[in-house]
Amino acid sequence: MKDHLDALAARRAESQLGGGVKRIDAQHAKGKLTARERIDLLLDADSFEEFDAFVTHRATDFGMQDSTPMGDGVVTGWGTINGRMVYVFSQDFTVFGGSLSETHALKICKIMDMAMQNGAPVIGINDSGGARIQEGVASLAGYAEVFQRNVMASGVVPQISLIMGPCAGGAVYSPAMTDFIFMVRDTSYMFVTGPDVVKTVTNEVVTAEELGGASTHTKKSSVADGAYDNDVEAIAECRRLFDFLPLNNRKTVPTRPFFDDVNRIDDSLDTLIPDNTNTPYDMKELIHKLADEGDFYEIQADFAKNILTGFIRLEGSTVGVVANQPMVLAGCLDIDSSRKAARFVRFCDAFEIPILTLVDVPGFLPGTSQEYGGVIKHGAKLLFAYGEATVPKVTVITRKAYGGAYDVMASKHLRGDFNYAWPTAEIAVMGAKGATEIIHRGKSVEEIAERTKEYEDRFANPFVAASKGFIDEVIMPRSTRRRVCRAFASLRGKSLQNPWKKHDNIPL
Amino acid sequence: MFKKILIANRGEIACRVIKTARRMGIATVAVYSDADRNALHVKMADEAVHIGPSPANQSYIVIDKIMDAVRQTGAEAVHPGYGFLSENPKFAQALQAAGVAFIGPPVGAIEAMGDKITSKKLAQEAGVSTVPGHMGLIADADEAIKIAGEIGYPVMIKASAGGGGKGMRIAWKEDEVREGFQSSKNEAANSFGDDRIFIEKFVTQPRHIEIQVLADGHGNAVYLHERECSIQRRNQKVIEEAPSPFLDEETRAAMGAQSVALAQSVGYTSAGTVEFIVDGDRNFYFLEMNTRLQVEHPVTELITGIDLVEQMIRVAAGEKLAFGQSDLKINGWAIESRLYAEDPYRGFLPSIGRLTRYRPPVEEATDAYAVRNDTGVFEGGEISMFYDPMIAKLCTWAPTRSEAIDHMRLALDGFELEGIGHNLPFLAAVMDHPKFTSGNMTTAFIEEEFPDGFDGVALGGDTLVRIAAAVTAMHRISEIRRTRITGRMNNHERTVGTDWNVAVQGQSFDAVVKADRAGADVTIGAQTLRVESDWLPGQPLVRLSVDGTPLVLKAARIPGGYRVRHRGADLKVHVRTPRQAELAGLMLEKVPADTSKLLLCPMPGLIVKVDVAVGDEVQEGQTLCTVEAMKMENILRAERRGVVSKVNASAGDSLAVDDVIMEFE
Repeated sequence: MKDHLDALAARRAESQLGGGVKRIDAQHAKGKLTARERIDLLLDADSFEEFDAFVTHRATDFGMQDSTPMGDGVVTGWGTINGRMVYVFSQDFTVFGGSLSETHALKICKIMDMAMQNGAPVIGINDSGGARIQEGVASLAGYAEVFQRNVMASGVVPQISLIMGPCAGGAVYSPAMTDFIFMVRDTSYMFVTGPDVVKTVTNEVVTAEELGGASTHTKKSSVADGAYDNDVEAIAECRRLFDFLPLNNRKTVPTRPFFDDVNRIDDSLDTLIPDNTNTPYDMKELIHKLADEGDFYEIQADFAKNILTGFIRLEGSTVGVVANQPMVLAGCLDIDSSRKAARFVRFCDAFEIPILTLVDVPGFLPGTSQEYGGVIKHGAKLLFAYGEATVPKVTVITRKAYGGAYDVMASKHLRGDFNYAWPTAEIAVMGAKGATEIIHRGKSVEEIAERTKEYEDRFANPFVAASKGFIDEVIMPRSTRRRVCRAFASLRGKSLQNPWKKHDNIPL
Repeated sequence: MFKKILIANRGEIACRVIKTARRMGIATVAVYSDADRNALHVKMADEAVHIGPSPANQSYIVIDKIMDAVRQTGAEAVHPGYGFLSENPKFAQALQAAGVAFIGPPVGAIEAMGDKITSKKLAQEAGVSTVPGHMGLIADADEAIKIAGEIGYPVMIKASAGGGGKGMRIAWKEDEVREGFQSSKNEAANSFGDDRIFIEKFVTQPRHIEIQVLADGHGNAVYLHERECSIQRRNQKVIEEAPSPFLDEETRAAMGAQSVALAQSVGYTSAGTVEFIVDGDRNFYFLEMNTRLQVEHPVTELITGIDLVEQMIRVAAGEKLAFGQSDLKINGWAIESRLYAEDPYRGFLPSIGRLTRYRPPVEEATDAYAVRNDTGVFEGGEISMFYDPMIAKLCTWAPTRSEAIDHMRLALDGFELEGIGHNLPFLAAVMDHPKFTSGNMTTAFIEEEFPDGFDGVALGGDTLVRIAAAVTAMHRISEIRRTRITGRMNNHERTVGTDWNVAVQGQSFDAVVKADRAGADVTIGAQTLRVESDWLPGQPLVRLSVDGTPLVLKAARIPGGYRVRHRGADLKVHVRTPRQAELAGLMLEKVPADTSKLLLCPMPGLIVKVDVAVGDEVQEGQTLCTVEAMKMENILRAERRGVVSKVNASAGDSLAVDDVIMEFE
């Protein structure tokens, strides 16, 4: 008997070592952790249960049969984060550079199938040189098997990707279809074709970091949702994000004890809106002052900064926040901000996360670059996302809500449950000056100025909209937290179904 | 007594005066400019009158506008506060002409003390010790050299109309006098339109000590002892205290008697301050007399128990002083820290904007200590570019100087101030500076002790261990809360351990936490510290007791850890399990990006103009671009020669602090 136990222990020890001490040291020298170390940090201590530690690849070409390391370059299994179940795979760069073989893919598929069946999220840690070239088309097939599962799992369980090394070629499309992608600065990159191919084909000279580093994907391409300084920090923050997310689309959002007063009055919000309606202010201050304990997990903080997206808690349970940011481009909607917010709204709706929308929007950004870029269809994405969302929706208009952008931003007409406005709100078809110039076209400058003043007095307020029932109540800024908390509390039993359809046809 | 007074000022001093007036049952009138529409002094006053646009020269210092407000409201008296019109004889005259009382000295006294040369002459005549020097005007450099020789080197060459260090030169030998005389004269002519110059002895190891006097209209005058204001930055007082740690009883009495004599010689009434410079041998020399309430008057109030504003009002109403010199004792010690909206990490650059958080420590007064905070702002209020950047005057009082300093440290730690740059960390650093705590400072303290500006404080080992213990106990509570989330796997919950590692300020401590209902015993190395607190996760201000002594921290979450502010230090603290710490040890140190080849945006603002293009060779000092911030155009210039390799911004872009505007080869 003892021999059998020793044999298992020995095999386990071998499997644990992955590509061996030398390669582990090389990984560390780059400031990167190994696949298992990452899992150690990601999951609660001693909670990891491994699958397929003894799986080896099946390739026989190019002498591959001579090297069959156990685990085949990926560590898979499940464990807990603060006691909640999660499935995880972590690619092992020390084994064949983390390259994806047929069996490597099968291991990932296995835990994804389990995750969907058992209703728990999947976190994938990517650190792979790409396809296992020696396996040829079998490796490609492996990718596609994973892709298909990403698609099937989308909207069923949350999927998070941590990019902690290379992720290139076809490999990028698996994280691309997950809900959130986080990268590590300086040690991770993602691209479809690398710098060498780029140079050959287009003659562009570009470094891997410039082409697909964390900065590129968080600021320019919006492929990634956030970036952190190193593996340890990225994983700690991933655990923090996980605490906001429900386990699957049939569960409600998680709740945890909170140490903030639901009825907290914040007098300083009464002076948040500047006297001059064209002066910017920081919408983040409102989010921080509304949220439990001022805690805001921002998604895509560095991209399309004219709109803010992220998670807060109210009364201990998760709420998704979408807010125009007047500090950037006056908070207008444009292609990038519409896409960013639309994707976030759809994530929230898919996982029953209530949505709080804070509105200060002067309209859509005008210009040829916007029109040529298809702002009509991109703007429609956000409109569509809000319109189809059946989760509790509470909206607070702090200042401007002009034109079509007013309609888009979770208005009453898009089935907003509570549509609040501050007394400083201006809900109108457009700014007073523009409107007056159209209505009184051809009149003298003086008369226009006079009529503008009249228009402002008449329409630059929330009461016209409130008189029509488009605004449910005009609230004091200082009492916003209490009002919003009570609104969501009253919506805990909300049940709303869209008509049956195979799926919708959102303007992608 | 007056029924209604008007306060011709704004900010904390207006609020200060209103408080006393209200206590005396006097109605108050505030005046305000556009920028102060929502200011605290406007809310506090019984009535408020709008007096014009934001710039002070179109509102607060326009005599006619104040006079209109007086007439409109029927105020019987006007308190001018400090600054603005407080030492303007024309204003006092205008009030007199209108039959309205000026809560301050008579016009003649203001005029007499308003000119440096005249006031020095009068002081000499009144038997006040003055700095040896030549009182008359000096014709040319040769005469200056002759006079300097008579006085003895080093000498100071000063503009008669000077102030703020302008037109001022120190000379240690003849050529320096020649040179300094001419440049002072030019500077004075340019800055003040008055090129009169005088010369006096330059005092070594100087300390700034001033005497508070109070006189009524019935011939009575007293002094309320001294204040020491040696902690100054570019002639701006930063920390004041009363009494001075330097004076002995004899010197104090002599300075007091001379100050009273001076006040009486010019027929002074109301509160006034006689400023002296005191050298290392306790020789004191008259500097000037300020004919108004001083900013730092609260420290005098705290040690004497006299409300100076009340006395000013009573004197203006014709009352006699209700006490004599023998009634005025020094009780304990008081310190004032001036909180300025100036960012010490950016060379004390003024910082303006919204106070997103403003929670001063609670004001209280007991026999053991007192905390007082004079302010004109509130959370959600605005620090405006138009006025003095002072946010508040935080004072503490205790029976001894060292206790007063201790309470000041705690009060500064407990002062929550966010949204703008401010000098809280710098003030805390001064409170911990051995030269300050020993009382052995001169007016050169800041220049000498912080020659390269301020870059935060490195905390000592004991304090670090206390912080490590505190944050570990806090982290454990936060982690336990995280395990109480819904949706857990029953019977497979996470248990939060007892062993931790704390990384702070480049050091690493292993800590073991044994928690109980009341707190935790945290063992770090050979020490076990008892940590108790009613802190709950998410609270930004942490009041703890560590081994029985208070520890106050400001704590905020940062990715993977905490930002902890304490005293003058701004720390990143990481509390990790031993395994997390082991793995964190494998992470590479991020080398901060080299910014010497970059032009960073120094403040949030709008790019008005970019003056160079890619490929341009720029010379040191050449204009690179213009950033508009807070309606002010700021020209950014090249710090050294270089070639522009990339321009990332163009006119119309709005940038945040530290955004890269352009790059150089």
